[in-house]
Amino acid sequence: MSHAKPLGGSIFTPAFMLCLVLFVIGMYFLGVRFMDGMGAVANINGGFPWGIWVVYDVVIGTALACGGYALAITIYVFNKGQYHPLMRAALLASLLGYALGGVGAFIDMGRYWQFYNLLLPWHMNFNAVMLEVGLCVTTYILVLVIEFAPAFLERIGAHGVLKILNKMLFIFIALGILLPTMHQSSLGSFLIAMGYKVAPLWQTVHFQPLLALLTALTMGFSIVIFEASASQVAFDLPDETSLLSKIGKIIVGLLLVYLVVRFGEIILNGKVGYIFAGDKNSLLFLLETLLFIFPVVALLSQKMRQNPRVLLWAAVSMLFAGSLYRFNAFLFTYDPGPGYSYFPSVGEVMVTVGIVAFEIMAYMVMVKMLPVLHKEAHA
Amino acid sequence: MQGDFDALEKRLGISRRDFLKYCTGIAATLGLSTSEAIAMAEAVAKPKKRPVVIWLHGQECTGPTETMLRSEHPTLERLILEMVSLEYHQTLDAGAGHQVEHLKELSMKENAGKYLLVVEGSIPTRDGGVYCKIAGKTMLAHTVEAAENAAAIIAFGSCASWGGVQSSGPNPTGAVGAQAVLPGKTVVNIPGCPPNPYNFLATVMHFLTFGTLPELDSQNRPKFAYGRLIHENCERRPHFDAGRFAKEFGDEGHKKGYCLYKLGCKGPETYSNCPAVEFNDVGGGTWPVGVGHPCFGCTEQGVGFTKPLFSLAEVQTHTPPNAFPSIAQREDTPGMSAGAAAVAGAAVGAAVGAAAVVSTRLGKSDSDSET
Amino acid sequence: MDRRTFLKTAGAGVAGAACISTVADARPNLEPAPEAVGMLYDSTLCVGCKACVTACKEVNDMTPVDRGDGHIYDSALDLSGDTLNVIKVYSDGTAAVKDSEENGFAFEKRSCMHCVDPGCVSVCPVTAMRRDPLTGIVTHHPDACIGCRTCMVGCPYNVPQFEYDNAFGRIHKCQMCNQEGLERINKGGMTACAEVCPTGATLFGPRSMLMEEAKRRMELKSGDNYNFPRGDISKPESYHEKELEADYQNHIWGEKEAGGTNVLHISAIPFDKLGMPPLEDRSYASVSEGVQHTLYKYMALPAAAMAGLTYVVKRNKDNHDGEE
Repeated sequence: MSHAKPLGGSIFTPAFMLCLVLFVIGMYFLGVRFMDGMGAVANINGGFPWGIWVVYDVVIGTALACGGYALAITIYVFNKGQYHPLMRAALLASLLGYALGGVGAFIDMGRYWQFYNLLLPWHMNFNAVMLEVGLCVTTYILVLVIEFAPAFLERIGAHGVLKILNKMLFIFIALGILLPTMHQSSLGSFLIAMGYKVAPLWQTVHFQPLLALLTALTMGFSIVIFEASASQVAFDLPDETSLLSKIGKIIVGLLLVYLVVRFGEIILNGKVGYIFAGDKNSLLFLLETLLFIFPVVALLSQKMRQNPRVLLWAAVSMLFAGSLYRFNAFLFTYDPGPGYSYFPSVGEVMVTVGIVAFEIMAYMVMVKMLPVLHKEAHA
Repeated sequence: MQGDFDALEKRLGISRRDFLKYCTGIAATLGLSTSEAIAMAEAVAKPKKRPVVIWLHGQECTGPTETMLRSEHPTLERLILEMVSLEYHQTLDAGAGHQVEHLKELSMKENAGKYLLVVEGSIPTRDGGVYCKIAGKTMLAHTVEAAENAAAIIAFGSCASWGGVQSSGPNPTGAVGAQAVLPGKTVVNIPGCPPNPYNFLATVMHFLTFGTLPELDSQNRPKFAYGRLIHENCERRPHFDAGRFAKEFGDEGHKKGYCLYKLGCKGPETYSNCPAVEFNDVGGGTWPVGVGHPCFGCTEQGVGFTKPLFSLAEVQTHTPPNAFPSIAQREDTPGMSAGAAAVAGAAVGAAVGAAAVVSTRLGKSDSDSET
Repeated sequence: MDRRTFLKTAGAGVAGAACISTVADARPNLEPAPEAVGMLYDSTLCVGCKACVTACKEVNDMTPVDRGDGHIYDSALDLSGDTLNVIKVYSDGTAAVKDSEENGFAFEKRSCMHCVDPGCVSVCPVTAMRRDPLTGIVTHHPDACIGCRTCMVGCPYNVPQFEYDNAFGRIHKCQMCNQEGLERINKGGMTACAEVCPTGATLFGPRSMLMEEAKRRMELKSGDNYNFPRGDISKPESYHEKELEADYQNHIWGEKEAGGTNVLHISAIPFDKLGMPPLEDRSYASVSEGVQHTLYKYMALPAAAMAGLTYVVKRNKDNHDGEE
């Protein structure tokens, strides 16, 4: 079925070693967090209870891990089978991104030893967005494991199990499209309950789920482009530009819908004045908008979409745009009242960097040991 | 000077050392230095004529005199037999009647411009002042007459200072303090009901030594005694600051010596030095609050005998250590550290850099594949 | 249009419509509990004695905040893992006159407002925050809590505080002295702060009676004499008569803000200067729950979507597998 093969080769490359060092540093600070409490490492406080561990590791990290989700919709809903070759790599990135997002959520939990309360029905509060996100992400991680299992099963030669799994895979693929739709939109819904604390340009109230979903989808497609380009260069793989350019087209379409909804909400609610206020919030909004518009402009023409560099930079811009959108809403322009402030500490940043480094390390090892990437060119 | 002190020893029957100690004590009460204490001692030691004191009594309970009787340093007999010449005092005079009145008039004439006038008790002013008459003359007339040639005038006690209990509503006799009937003259007020005798004695000593009155506040009360609220010196202030209050007489808080604000203590709006100097020289917190009864503001016009005993006082001041956080002050607001900014910036830079590296290599592989 | 395209478009349409239709489906604000109890804080009566701060610490077993700079007593700057109640000061210019907005100072008490429609209760995934159905008191249950701190972001007043300095920390907030193990109100008593307050600035009692009292005070002007109760308004232990020195702001905080609160505030200073957040009448909880329910009630939409997706995915996958 697939022409994917383990890439083989040495695991302990310089890149791997660098990531390992960063990982170890991150683990040290994580140890301090568990021994001495969150305050010993992180700068979160009474007004800013959520810092980069929530906003980056969980909110942005899982959006960056939406490659599998985005491709699954393309391949299995819109029936574009030609994107199959990109699927496994995207699934791997998604699995790692979500698993480590889950780890990020766990280390950020103040009473992590009681996390199982989330799973006990008599504790569940069905009004809470956090419940939906927690359960949905947990379930989705399991779904991703199952979806990625064929690569593992192929490698160990468990053909019998593989056959049975393949017959039932469609259920998990369907779940793998439903679940991220639910929790990525819910991650946006968090902002509704925060009320006045979210700056006016980002407090779109009823549109929070839709905007979060649109940006998550575009980030998912963008990460597919980024990850495919990076792997192509790193592992000397054949060019996939023809496929990626079509993904570029999808991104443009989605971004146009996003921009219409976003600016429509701002204009209809009379918030245009905030854009040109000249203060920190307006500058951040303009930067964010620029990063959203650049991919639209860059990928409008067919010719540009077929340029792998343009595709890459458009994708990178989109990834920064989606990340900045979330950073802005949850942190940079978040204002709980006078006197509060937040900036991550060194330890806090290093834990996040360590987690990302681990993700990169795991990706490198997996593509070398499991049949994920394609060595031969595909039409 | 040594000769003066030798004579003093003989005259007063106390050693020079004890006498100097006494003067130092009085000086300390006034907030004066040791050298000034010595000046005070010399003033008393010099065998010149003892200063004359004329003491008038109006509407009063004789409380201020009574407290003075209980002073220890100096004791009353030393004061009136050795240090001043008390030429008219209705309670302490051995004689009585017209002879005493006549002697008063003679003394005032002889010592005109040099005697110290002390007024105790309030002066009724309604109906020509008939509600208090001594020897057929109103207190009002006596006061005005005696003040005419006084070198200094001291109103001793709340009644003389501002009218005291008789002046509280409806004040049927029109009772007022001494200053009110002596416009144009400076009357030093030593309020209190009863007042602390040492506030009075220290003021007198200051005048006798230096010829001037101690620094006075806007109500002509000596600042050394009335410059601070009771609330500022009270030994139970930490309980107020920590919110520990007695709620009923005899309850646990009361037994533990908690703050009496809730029971109506007027300390927060009353100026006096009671917590510092206390009464009767027995120490151990012998003043109203110290023995468990809220201050009722006896020195303060508008508070004492005016505000109900158990109504809450206005807190006049919120001085340190009663510090408050402002509305926008928060716990734990670490700023941006240079290190964190650097690391975060490096992470973002690395991401962009990685993209740049991939981009250049993409271009290369693209051109490679074209050839 | 073929069936495939129809299904695709329909799916997108349902999702879009669901998002937009949430406007109509948002639930209204919750009503006050039938026997709601609360407190009335009158900033003009507060003398800044901080009896309430100390009493709260004692009754709730909290440690004093020591800054090591000679402050023997409680020197909390704000609510924290150790402080459930704090007195703050507003000051302007010379800060000479009490309760004057200009060149004056005034006190403000900060503690849990016990909202009628609490944000913290709405957002907590594991019902660690609960509103008592009878009294409306908002309590916290650490045995359920996972420490996600959504209650902290969801509280407009930033009341719940997590113990960041404790490796096994928990959330802390005022529970009207009625938490398990203490239950002063269940036992017929009142909150410690109201009990100890010397001036009646903090008054305890049924919310309805406190609201009436607050409305009576709104009618007063400076120079009027009034008899202020102390302790529990339904059975005051004592009164004290006082002449008003300042005019109240014609605003009872907590009557309507974000659905209203059980802890009401009145003062002579406008509330935005006292640190109160910019709230409108609609609670954020009601809007947030409206969106969640529209999307997830009975899991109807997800189930329908799952059915559609399963059909489409299987069909397409079979086609792809067939083509291989």
